[in-house]
Amino acid sequence: MESLYAITTGVLSACGLYLILRGRTFPVVVGLTLLSYAVNLFLFSMGGLTTDGAAIIDGPRDYADPLPQALVLTAIVIGFAMTAFAVILSMRARGDMGNDHVDGRKQEEREENHR
Amino acid sequence: MMQHLIVLPVVLPLLTGLFLLRGLHGSTRLKRVLGVASTGLLVVIALALLLRAADGEIAYYAMGGWQPPFGIVLVLDRLSALMVLLTAVLALGCVIFACGGDDEKGSNFHGLFQLQLMGINGAFLTGDLFNLFVFFEVLLLASYALLLHGGGKSRTQAAVHYVVLNLAGSALFLIAVGTLYGATGTLNMADMAVRLGELPAERAGLVTAGALMLLVVFGLKSAILPLYFWLPRAYAAAPAPVAALFAIMTKVGIYAILRVYSLIFGEHAGDLADLEQPWVWWLSLATLAIATLGVLAARDLRLLIAYLVLVSVGTLLAGVGMGTVEATASLLYYLLHSTLVTGGLFLLAEMIGLQRGKAGTRIVKGRPLTQGGLLALLFLVGAMAVAGLPPLSGAIGKALLLNAATPAQQPWLWPLLLASGLGAMVALSRAGSTFFWRNKSGERSGERLSRHQWTGVGLLLAASPLLAALAGPVSDYTLATASQLANPDNVVDALLPDAGDAP
Repeated sequence: MESLYAITTGVLSACGLYLILRGRTFPVVVGLTLLSYAVNLFLFSMGGLTTDGAAIIDGPRDYADPLPQALVLTAIVIGFAMTAFAVILSMRARGDMGNDHVDGRKQEEREENHR
Repeated sequence: MMQHLIVLPVVLPLLTGLFLLRGLHGSTRLKRVLGVASTGLLVVIALALLLRAADGEIAYYAMGGWQPPFGIVLVLDRLSALMVLLTAVLALGCVIFACGGDDEKGSNFHGLFQLQLMGINGAFLTGDLFNLFVFFEVLLLASYALLLHGGGKSRTQAAVHYVVLNLAGSALFLIAVGTLYGATGTLNMADMAVRLGELPAERAGLVTAGALMLLVVFGLKSAILPLYFWLPRAYAAAPAPVAALFAIMTKVGIYAILRVYSLIFGEHAGDLADLEQPWVWWLSLATLAIATLGVLAARDLRLLIAYLVLVSVGTLLAGVGMGTVEATASLLYYLLHSTLVTGGLFLLAEMIGLQRGKAGTRIVKGRPLTQGGLLALLFLVGAMAVAGLPPLSGAIGKALLLNAATPAQQPWLWPLLLASGLGAMVALSRAGSTFFWRNKSGERSGERLSRHQWTGVGLLLAASPLLAALAGPVSDYTLATASQLANPDNVVDALLPDAGDAP
């Protein structure tokens, strides 16, 4: 289970990182979302992965650490709000700048700069 | 009442902010009175906290009565009291300035401003690593909205970069906090410091990775060299009172570096102690050099001041990198001075821009200023203070820092710090002479500035002569603060009285 979990987290963060480095706002927002998923999974695993454990301490048996669960809940809520804000902001940037490049430049200008 | 005083800097702006966000349409006057009154009250509370912390006692406030290390605590020591007071004074100047008309250029200025204060104060007071993340998010979310206040192309564009970078930074913060929790099993900073002392050797690598990731996050907030590129544009684009308040935001990052690496990775940590020192020292010197070039190259007064903020960041972090008690004491003095003066200069730049009409704050010939005499005087005071000319506070702060450098550090710090002062002086005198002397012949047609704006700028710039006059008591206090920081045992004993007996 550990290796599957680690691979999932790694693939999600790699995809998120790649998308954040793209030039247009939509992939960047999707990348941020993927990265926050990866972070949530990572936080979740920090209490140690257990199966069939009680959520509260129940005698000497296995238990699932409840603190990472609370942290993930907080992180999800904050991440959700931030994603909403990033979406609205990129829509506004599209409106104000007339294109969806993160630097707000038009295609032609960039080609001219390239030459 | 007294034991609840610690939580008031968080609760008061929260309540005021929520009330102000509740759509008070048309009642501009009520919003302004509430905003200024709440910020003024915050100054009083912060003074009371400072007096309480001054005797060296470390007090904590356990949220919901859950005792540390289990619950979330707010910790009051000399450093956090000082930072809360600094925030309150800066915010008072900004909010008074904003009442001169900037607050009505968009919606909900005063409500967002209070929420931002709540985030900043919370970050300064908290004693819990995850709670620090939450307060960072509160202050960032409010700052995103404030940066966009008033709208406009350049603001939107700067905001896109600022928001995306900070969201990526938040993700990294969570990974770092998760790693540290996984390795130590606690989030309370004092408890983590104790547990690092008995860390099994195989987890040292994990903790080092977590600690250095935290340094990247705090470096992004405080705008250290490879992570500062968002700052000049965002600060130059932000509305003036917001840019002035942002002067404290980089200091939140510096505070977090000071707090986390002195408490958690202090003397308890064994091999892991002071692991940030070499990184911070060399990167801060590089920041200082690059920011000086930026100051000289800037063609707009607001951009110039944004680079001056970067110069102050480099200077302060060099103080952190020196790692002695004297260096910490002098950097705290310099921090008070640089925050208030750069905040005041941002406000002043806006006033100069308003009077010059189309030329704005660009450093080019423009029409003569209506109230040029008084503005020029204030500009002179601000420029002298920020460039570090005697007799104002900048000179004292720099002298303290230069004096605190050990012989091995002097050859690096002295030339860079002195050159940065010279660069600031050259750039500011060029800007000042262009604004006030090299005018086109034309009519003085700029609007007269409102008295709110004069009051706000006056309040912040008056801090410099005041800090110079009170340099003795203030530097005594910062020295006491630095020695308190150097002994993390004090915090551990105050928060976890039975830590020694724990298994």
